[in-house]
Amino acid sequence: MSEKKAFDRDSISNTLIVAIGLSLVCSVIVSSAAIVLKPVQEKNEEEFRQKIILDVAGLLEPGGNIEELFGAIEPRMVDLDTGDYTDAVDPATFDPLTAASDSQLGVAIPDDMDIAGIGRRAKYAPVYIVKKDARIDQVILPVYGKGLWSTMLGYLSVAPDGNTISGLRFYAHAETPGLGDQIDKEPWRAQWAGKLLYDDGDVPKIRVIKGTVPADAADAEYMIDGLSGATLTANGVTGLVQYWTGPNGFGPYLKKYREDSINE
Amino acid sequence: MSETRKVLIDPLIDNNPVTLQMLGICSALAVTTSLLPALLMCIALTSVAALSGAAISALRHRIPNNIRIIVHMTIIASLVILVDQLLRAYAFETSKQLSVFVGLIITNCIVLGRAEAFAMKNGVVMSFLDGLGNGLGYSLILISVATLRELFGAGTLFGYPVLEVVSNGGWYEANGLMLLPPSAFFIIGLLIWAIRSWRTQQVEKADYQIHEVHRTEVY
Repeated sequence: MSEKKAFDRDSISNTLIVAIGLSLVCSVIVSSAAIVLKPVQEKNEEEFRQKIILDVAGLLEPGGNIEELFGAIEPRMVDLDTGDYTDAVDPATFDPLTAASDSQLGVAIPDDMDIAGIGRRAKYAPVYIVKKDARIDQVILPVYGKGLWSTMLGYLSVAPDGNTISGLRFYAHAETPGLGDQIDKEPWRAQWAGKLLYDDGDVPKIRVIKGTVPADAADAEYMIDGLSGATLTANGVTGLVQYWTGPNGFGPYLKKYREDSINE
Repeated sequence: MSETRKVLIDPLIDNNPVTLQMLGICSALAVTTSLLPALLMCIALTSVAALSGAAISALRHRIPNNIRIIVHMTIIASLVILVDQLLRAYAFETSKQLSVFVGLIITNCIVLGRAEAFAMKNGVVMSFLDGLGNGLGYSLILISVATLRELFGAGTLFGYPVLEVVSNGGWYEANGLMLLPPSAFFIIGLLIWAIRSWRTQQVEKADYQIHEVHRTEVY
């Protein structure tokens, strides 16, 4: 009993033992949980990404099997410089973000072109083709760029004329909750459908403006309502859409897509 | 036995952490627009409160006084990360709706308050039950608020239509205010009023009283 009384829990040695011991135990618990659960989480992420692609294509059925629905979409790889399809890499295993930092698969973006703020990009990028009655109905392009806090990753769907946007949705971002995160909320993202990318030429004109688009504006089809309280996020969205549909992104591919459908 | 019951039942109405102690209001506003995220949040907070109570109580004779808050935070934070990882693995899309609020359980006053006020002074089982009771008290309020908000804001419960809304061709004009944070304040305020009318011992004594000056006192 007397020995127990002698135990001083405020002694320096006990403080150190408790601090170090607790940190070790807690870090082992946390990191093993993270490692054990990672495969399940990655599968969820992948399925969620596919779900967003289906949603932006308008093919998502409530309660439908994602994997089955996604089977109707044809993923292809595009060489961004030429705008041609390529079989150099497999779209199922290709990760554009990892490839961008690879010295073989990635290239640096010239500073004056880098309106999405991403620094480097992969030479190849996947596109997801949705066909209806054996004809291309829309192509879905992966787009990403810097917002205020985070890299925003999403999909942009373009109609067969190569100019009309069918939809834009983000599947990962960490923008301000309640302000910037409106980019992924229904009323704002619904505006994108039906807007146009290019005026004439190959430089995209679509942009998010400040305030609401005036109903009588001559080029209203190139403008999206701003997000009050989230100007930098909105500018980021403008940057990433313009970059990926511009000459350094999918521009060459979209140009061929446009001309093809004109010939059809 | 009665002691155990008291620890478990008291926080439901008589000593409710939200309506009496006014703790955890922030998350009560944020995650109650629909029932499913609210329910997940309740499960997450209740399990963290119960387990952290037990863990801190088990270590209470070892924890040095001068670093006790840091020790509490470390234990609570580890449990919260654990819960967050589990949610991301098994309830992915709802966990996306909860976004930062699961992480913010770390700073939830209910959890830290119970650790400091109860778990440091009581046994493991009692501390576990105390955490459980307080978690359930929080859950009771969250679920009530979420039920009202989802029902009147969107006409659904757990996503299933209950009141047919006008936009779907029904008769119920959805009350958009219910989906905005202020409505949670109104509902919690009304709940507090209702509970205090029923349990009048919860009514606080006024801090001061306005003294009415009689005209003879003026000079």
